[in-house]
Amino acid sequence: MATTASIHAHAAPQGFIRKYIFSLDHKVIGLQYYFLALTAVFVGMFLSLLMRIHLIWPQVSLPLVGEIKPETYLSLLTMHGTIMVFFVLTTAPQGGFGNYFLPIQVGAPDMAFPVLNMLSFWTTFIAFVTIIAAFFVTGGAPLHGWTGYAPLSALPNSGPGEQLGADLWVASIALFCIASLMGALNFITTTLDLRAKGMTLMRMPLTCWSWFITAILGLLAFGVLLSAGILLLLDRNLGTSFYVPLVVVNGQVMGHKGGSPLLWQHLFWFFGHPEVYIAILPGMGVTSQVISTFSRKPIFGYKAMAYALMAIGLLGFMVWGHHMFMSGMSPYSAFAFSIMTMAIGVPSAIKTFNWLGTLWGGRIRLQTPMLFAIGFVSLFVSGGLSGPFLAQPVLDIPLHDTYFVVGHFHLIMGVAAIFGIFAATYYWFPKMFGRMMNERLGQIHFFITLAGTYAIFMPMHYLGLAGQTRRYSQFTEVAYQTKLIPLQTFMTYAAFVTIGVQLVFLFNLFWSMFKGPKASDNPWEATTLEWTTATPPPHDNFGGRTPVVYHGPYEYGVPGAARDYIMQTDPATVPSH
Amino acid sequence: MATFSSTITLKDPKLAHGGSGIRPPAVDGGGGGGDDNGYSDYGARLRRARLGTIIALVAVVMVFVALTSAYVVRRGLPVMDERSGSYVRDWMEVNLPTALLLVNTLVLLVSSVTAEFARRQITRRVALVPVESIPGVSIGQERNFPWLPLTALLGLGFLFGQWAAWRELQDRGFALATSASSSFVYLLTATHGVHLAGGVLAMLYAAITSLTRKPVEARRIVVDVTVWYWHFMALLWLYIFALLEFAR
Repeated sequence: MATTASIHAHAAPQGFIRKYIFSLDHKVIGLQYYFLALTAVFVGMFLSLLMRIHLIWPQVSLPLVGEIKPETYLSLLTMHGTIMVFFVLTTAPQGGFGNYFLPIQVGAPDMAFPVLNMLSFWTTFIAFVTIIAAFFVTGGAPLHGWTGYAPLSALPNSGPGEQLGADLWVASIALFCIASLMGALNFITTTLDLRAKGMTLMRMPLTCWSWFITAILGLLAFGVLLSAGILLLLDRNLGTSFYVPLVVVNGQVMGHKGGSPLLWQHLFWFFGHPEVYIAILPGMGVTSQVISTFSRKPIFGYKAMAYALMAIGLLGFMVWGHHMFMSGMSPYSAFAFSIMTMAIGVPSAIKTFNWLGTLWGGRIRLQTPMLFAIGFVSLFVSGGLSGPFLAQPVLDIPLHDTYFVVGHFHLIMGVAAIFGIFAATYYWFPKMFGRMMNERLGQIHFFITLAGTYAIFMPMHYLGLAGQTRRYSQFTEVAYQTKLIPLQTFMTYAAFVTIGVQLVFLFNLFWSMFKGPKASDNPWEATTLEWTTATPPPHDNFGGRTPVVYHGPYEYGVPGAARDYIMQTDPATVPSH
Repeated sequence: MATFSSTITLKDPKLAHGGSGIRPPAVDGGGGGGDDNGYSDYGARLRRARLGTIIALVAVVMVFVALTSAYVVRRGLPVMDERSGSYVRDWMEVNLPTALLLVNTLVLLVSSVTAEFARRQITRRVALVPVESIPGVSIGQERNFPWLPLTALLGLGFLFGQWAAWRELQDRGFALATSASSSFVYLLTATHGVHLAGGVLAMLYAAITSLTRKPVEARRIVVDVTVWYWHFMALLWLYIFALLEFAR
């Protein structure tokens, strides 16, 4: 038990604080991340609801925010985007489920560096507190969008939220970068160095592959955002001119000179596009895992799935310019970015067809995790298909500042990633809490959420094609936009229903945690290592044992086997690949 | 000098695959077994710490890749001149205190050498542990020169020298916000300085652990990765200095 001894120099802690607050146990840290993301998602969702209400009833005074001025709307938009992208879509799939299940699935007793893991979570937590604080300072929350475009974000007097609120925003992002770098370091080292005997890279569950690739993306991307953020702080507070050209604000000539707003855009999107994949790749991993398990079939094209993840990660670093077609870039660069972007369609299609190929002829069990995994595929296709449209400069330029883009990225990186998180929640809940979630409530949650999200985000494509501009707080002043308000009204009603049904999920989650039926160690009859250990897993994951792996992760329906599945740890009785 | 030490090999045979991480399924490297005297345990921990350090350095590299690309782009960027209404190049060459920076560079390179001595010293000590445990064998009193505190001191000297270079720059009329070029000089040196200050803290931590009862194998891990980090910081400084000097 060399590994157990070397990682688990820390014994199972007893006191409440060491056990649940400043825990070194990757499972507790995973849950901390998960509940942080759960808090954040409800904050972010509340902000979106305020925006949707304001869009169709502009005169209504809302709770907590009062009268919504155009700049208040921009603050809501900024905070919704920032909280959702960083503290939900990055935090839950990677920090939450990755932390909890990566070590177990590769057969390790903990992460490679447990103290670093704890620091990573608490830094994320401080980052979250910092960004929430931006609501409560003079001037309120920033209004430069989650993308923080300069010079708006670089000049403290450019708007009410751009004073202390914007400084807190940058500080929060910088802290989040540092936390994510620590996390990525841990994930990569754990994957490379702590796999159990027999767990070759090509025997890892695809979830581990997706966390591993995501960690590499994070390692390469977050350092760039951190640098960009430092430059922004210097511009804001120390009078440098990295991003700010000679500029006049409210008739006052600012002291800056010669900076380039496009420099921020390049640095930001060099991070920002990989960030999109950081959000979605873990969802792909979970979807692969769940679809294979609930189809009782090996995943179709395991190696192709792993290589497609790598290809998406690699291409993700070469396409940031497609966010900047509007910036007046050279048509030659735009062409190159456009081709690279459309090339991502290839590995994405490989993944989609392999999911369908896995479902094909399977003995499908339509339980809630499976429903959400299939929902993920659906949203991934619907959201993905508008990608090649926006990848072409000639189409992106008219569509860029419309609802079309909002619809596109919400379907593919927002809701699809959320569906990945839901699939993971329903799938791993029995392992994490030792009880089953309610199946009927899960199905209600799934079908209304699926229909609801389509009802919210599909019309956005039509609105965009009709020329409805995004980031506007209201459309009552412009004649051609006014005619589109009925569709906006429909979307707001859909948002009410969709958000309402999330309360069903919340109820199911907490009720099942205490009152759900007890779960067995392997309720889904799955094959990976987490299902070989106790429920919930002991402090060192395998109760002193060190697992030895003989099989690939998805050996379902193997001819000649006693059951319809072979655990990864079963001694090799059947020829294995 | 002890007569024994010359016959001891300094290479630790347990450190076969440091970093590649791909190992055949049959091989048991840190993943289980470990039925020997706990020695492979330290080997596994050292390998893991080194791997973690390499990955952390990749993140540091990306920070400087971003800053370098910003530097190169800004340097070549034409700027609208409000008087003539045409694009002009406004990049102002910074009058660097090159002599002082050369002295600083020398200090840092010397500190890298002393750090390497510290690393080799503790590697040798670890290699001698099995010999020391043989009853009746004494390897004599090896001299333990305080290389770690010396390295930390030299590191502080470098940081002080950089601060002096900043003062000199100010005297020559280049403040942080004077021009884009001077902003980058301060930015790059400060970012490197912060990373090096982290290295100084790690050096001091490693030095303090030698006063504790921690086993020498565990201390060796701290010293080893700190020194590798330190070497990298020296290399990084050479790069930054070259960038600022030759791409003014």
